[in-house]
Amino acid sequence: MSKSKKMTLSKKQNLMGWVFLAPGAVLIFIMSFVPMFRALVLSFKSGVGANMKWSGVSNYVRMFQDTVFVQSIKNTFFYLIIQVPVMLIFALILASILNNKDLRFKGLFRTMIFLPCATSLVAYAIIFRSLFANNGLVNLVLVNLGILDQPYAFLTHTTSARIVIIIALLWRWTGYNMVFYLSGLQNIEYSVYEAAKIDGASAVQSFFKITVPLLKPTILLTAIMSTNGTLQLFDESVNLTNGGPANTSITMSHYIYDMSFKYVPNFGYAAAMSFLILVLVAVLAFLQMKVGDKRD
Amino acid sequence: MYLFLCIVSFISVFPLYWMVSAATNKSADVISGRLIPGGYFMENLNNLLAAQNIGRAFGNSFKYAAILTIVSLLVSSLAGYGFEIFHDKAKDTLMSIILLAMMVPFVATMIPLFQMFSKAGWLNTTIGFILPTISTPFLIMMFRQSARSFPHDIMEAARIDGLSEIRIFFQMFIPTMRSTYAAAMTITFMNAWNSYLWPKVIMTDANSQTMPMVVANLTEGYVTDYGMLMLAVLICTLPTAVVFFCLQNAFAEGITGAVK
Repeated sequence: MSKSKKMTLSKKQNLMGWVFLAPGAVLIFIMSFVPMFRALVLSFKSGVGANMKWSGVSNYVRMFQDTVFVQSIKNTFFYLIIQVPVMLIFALILASILNNKDLRFKGLFRTMIFLPCATSLVAYAIIFRSLFANNGLVNLVLVNLGILDQPYAFLTHTTSARIVIIIALLWRWTGYNMVFYLSGLQNIEYSVYEAAKIDGASAVQSFFKITVPLLKPTILLTAIMSTNGTLQLFDESVNLTNGGPANTSITMSHYIYDMSFKYVPNFGYAAAMSFLILVLVAVLAFLQMKVGDKRD
Repeated sequence: MYLFLCIVSFISVFPLYWMVSAATNKSADVISGRLIPGGYFMENLNNLLAAQNIGRAFGNSFKYAAILTIVSLLVSSLAGYGFEIFHDKAKDTLMSIILLAMMVPFVATMIPLFQMFSKAGWLNTTIGFILPTISTPFLIMMFRQSARSFPHDIMEAARIDGLSEIRIFFQMFIPTMRSTYAAAMTITFMNAWNSYLWPKVIMTDANSQTMPMVVANLTEGYVTDYGMLMLAVLICTLPTAVVFFCLQNAFAEGITGAVK
């Protein structure tokens, strides 16, 4: 008798669990998975508003003939390939320096380096746009130091516009990733480092032999998060360079937004482009997990 | 090493310092490179209030972000708790499906969401702002992780005492997991306050525009009033900075829990 009572109790608890998680789970399905499939359907249609017609794969064909979109893919990958590794390595180095027990003013340094994360994306994009403007502070300093004869238009030259975006991204996100590494480092016994030091390992050696291998799961997590974020870059492209000059710094998300809400709306085409981002995110995350596993 | 840290800290803080000093200076002084705070704050404020309805945008942003944070914390923590405390095979499978949603980029859902929401009449509404991000895989994962450390014997004791599951959640889980809630609150509030793409899509009416949208509007135009612009940027940054400073330690603790 007591057994059957226990059964009903666990059944009741099992049901209770579904009640607890239902609102969250249902919302994710309706707000994420359902729209995702609708976007896939939409990507095979073209037309405006209620006059959407099936058009096969024409949107996908058009995508690769669209020079602006191809340019936006190139730009996004340029940001991804340069910014993400530089940022993660830099964050890792900073975290291992700040993990040092003998370091003074640790809390102060940590707070200062994390501070950029308190600014909104639009806000920091505008700060950097102002600093790198023709009459901005960076030009003023460079001219006064005699490095430049006259102000350089950072934001209207292709290469420098892209570099400014990368600098801004590094400024905003390095501290954020550092916090993840610092948290991960707290799970590593500090005595491991002390033992390595006694055995004569240099700081560089213990960084590569202890920190990097033990932090691998966290590094993987931040790599996937940053890749995902960079592929969806929008605010910076809009507010820092406005995609310019002549779309040479525009990101994929920025172009998709323009295609849907700024120009004559072409939802089918925009959905096809957005689906490409989804595939890219999935493929890159998969590759990163594969690489992360292999090094075990 | 200290020199390196000092340089990095300086680079991190300087643009923010420049923002504050520029907000109190005349645009011409900002351009000429003045780096010390000046006495032009009130003039900048008056110019700003005349140029854009900052008060309304601030109020909107605050309302959207506050409501989203409360609802999101409740829904996501209930789900995370449900997944962990009552876990079985079916729920674990569902959890891994939900984690896949992390990989779905927002642009890929944005257009169907816009179509859905405009049909439902949710453009320019709070519900339209909050609905897509009330439940996020990241928060559910975070709460699921922290529920793992929720002591089982205490829960059993509470059950024997006849406490209902709902009351165990509200009277025992929430108070014990304060630091996780603080971290989740920091993340959710900041994301909500800072969000730009989604409000730009659904807030088509000037009356419902958010703070980042209005600040971005200020840069349209040929001559930039740097003093006024930086004051707007400063006002836009203040709420997240306050939340960040109040909850900084809890945030780091909560992240530690999530990374484990």
